[in-house]
Amino acid sequence: MERELRLMKGNEAVAEAAIRAGVDGYFGYPITPQSEIIEYLMEADPAKTTGMVVVQAESEVAAINMVYGGAGCGKKVMTTSSSPGISLKQEGITYIAGAELPCVIVNVVRGGPGLGTIQPAQSDYFQAVKGGGHGDYHLIVLAPASVQEMADFVGLGFDLAFKYRNPVMILSDGAIGQMMEKVWLDPPRERSKEIPEWATTGKTADRKRNIITSLELDPFRQEVFNRKLVEKYDAIRENEVRFEEYLCEDAEYLLVAYGTSARVCQKAVQLAREQGIKAGLLRPITLFPFPTKRISELAGQLKMALAVEMSAGQMVEDVQLSINGKIPVHYYGRMGGMVPTPDEVVENLKERIIGG
Amino acid sequence: MAKIKGSIVIDVDRCKGCEICMVSCPTGTIAMAREVNGKGYNYAYPANPGLCIGCANCAVVCPDGVITVYKTKV
Amino acid sequence: MKEITGIKEYIKPENLVYRKSSLLTDDIMHYCPGCGHSTTHRILAEIIEEEGIQQDTIGISPVGCSVFLYNYIDIDWQEAAHGRAPAIATAIKRLLPDKFVFTYQGDGDLAAIGTAETIHSCNRGENILIIFINNGIYGMTGGQMAPTTLPGMKSSTSPYGRDVATMGNPLKITDIVATLPGTFYVTRQSVHTPANVRRTKRVMRKAFQYQKLNRGTCFIEIVSNCPSGWKMTPVQANKWMEENMFPWYPLGDLKVPEEQQDQQPKTE
Repeated sequence: MERELRLMKGNEAVAEAAIRAGVDGYFGYPITPQSEIIEYLMEADPAKTTGMVVVQAESEVAAINMVYGGAGCGKKVMTTSSSPGISLKQEGITYIAGAELPCVIVNVVRGGPGLGTIQPAQSDYFQAVKGGGHGDYHLIVLAPASVQEMADFVGLGFDLAFKYRNPVMILSDGAIGQMMEKVWLDPPRERSKEIPEWATTGKTADRKRNIITSLELDPFRQEVFNRKLVEKYDAIRENEVRFEEYLCEDAEYLLVAYGTSARVCQKAVQLAREQGIKAGLLRPITLFPFPTKRISELAGQLKMALAVEMSAGQMVEDVQLSINGKIPVHYYGRMGGMVPTPDEVVENLKERIIGG
Repeated sequence: MAKIKGSIVIDVDRCKGCEICMVSCPTGTIAMAREVNGKGYNYAYPANPGLCIGCANCAVVCPDGVITVYKTKV
Repeated sequence: MKEITGIKEYIKPENLVYRKSSLLTDDIMHYCPGCGHSTTHRILAEIIEEEGIQQDTIGISPVGCSVFLYNYIDIDWQEAAHGRAPAIATAIKRLLPDKFVFTYQGDGDLAAIGTAETIHSCNRGENILIIFINNGIYGMTGGQMAPTTLPGMKSSTSPYGRDVATMGNPLKITDIVATLPGTFYVTRQSVHTPANVRRTKRVMRKAFQYQKLNRGTCFIEIVSNCPSGWKMTPVQANKWMEENMFPWYPLGDLKVPEEQQDQQPKTE
């Protein structure tokens, strides 16, 4: 079967891509601006076609623990939510990371703190990239910048999740979730019948019992486990960095932005170039692992970097770490559900250039 | 007339000396030892083995599954 | 292994009437002497062995004293975050509908922090078995007040006794779940005497068998003891439980499948 072209919302694309990627189970709880995902799945009723299970849980807490249970059976399972709901899921996410279970979690970010706004934001960067829950762990974080990537990253997310036995977060935002674009959908994949050797599917005579747990009371053994996780995260840093460059070859001023901000910045780069400013854009696609090495390399040719994000300045810290003092690093952003315009970004860039 | 006779085997090392088997025994077969096991518990033992009727009450109620029961007609 | 045996001439394989289940691992259970958790684990292992469903059973252990349940019974396990076992069981059963799925939870886990998961799993009628150990206290953390602690009962966080005016009344969550259409079989039992152990084993076996019918949640509360937390000997604790816990939590069936009501063995 061929790929199919559809006009869809980002949220709908996630849902349709999940069915087509052969996902076994979806467990969710409604929250704006991502409720279309569970609505779409309930209407599509994939139990009748692929056998995919869709459950509306009583809370985000229950939903993420359903993901834990399903993932522990070696199944491809996922949940989606938006910022306040993702905060509730943090307990489950750290247990999933601690039990080394694969799953995909989508965060269609809205502005906070607290209930905040239902408008798009990128203010959950720290939560997604630096931990979120307790303990030393990392998610693999993918940042889609289009409806197409909303769809594509579901399949990619599961590939990475199973490759590393690690939870994957798709860090989107309300703009990408809600906007409609054309999207090429992959042909449906059959649900996998493979059972990972660690999965709890009933102990058979030919193997020891499988136990899914994140508990280890012996500090020595816990540290051994922590070191194993660190090695895994290092391997992810080594192998899975993804980013996209736009007009970086001769750039003197580098914009760093992901998701919706990256779309704004692409236009800002064009506007800046029209005004004779040699600007370029680096768009991290993976936020963990962050494209530290590439940004560091680019620093040699740059005069300045500007991190543009819909937050009070979160990703800018990783840009600063990447550049490590070689050139000035600034931040420009909007908050509270406001999206920066390309003109604003260019204006800010020009002010920084004059200001030095 | 045939009599029902029983016999129990107690895994002393696993016994925690809770005494629940002793109070559940209908014939007074079991008592607690004055000696302690490796864990420091006064373990249960068949003090009056001849009284045992193999009813398995002790084993059924033992939290730790330390008692094995045999029963026969003599 | 040091053994003391009764009359040796009766000890023959053909005379064997009771031995511990082969599904119990060699680990010595970490519970205090006389703890009802151990007894309940033992029954569980026996049922899974006797029903021949080791390869088809997945258990979910809680946070609380029984957190290490997965070390003791030789089946596949998932260890839940505190209170979340029914959510985990929901997903496992939905994704593996032919398996037997059960949770094992204490009173804090099931009736305090996990109340929502408990009620909603039962309300959805998830085709799982929930085993609920109610000993009216938080044993693992050192004897704090539980949602099921009796009025006036002392604990380390109700040192003057549970004052219902400020601490609320004991939560009869089993009565609540019995009112939900999603539950199929709800019963309250104990494991402190041989007769009660035998009865509990009977109803638990039935609850496992009911999972094949796909008719809803089975819920077994076991009113149990906590000799250490109650600061009593095991034998005293069992007596105290009969005198104080059973009036609040009377043993017996709370909800019986309709078609079985006539043939139901009378419990209590």
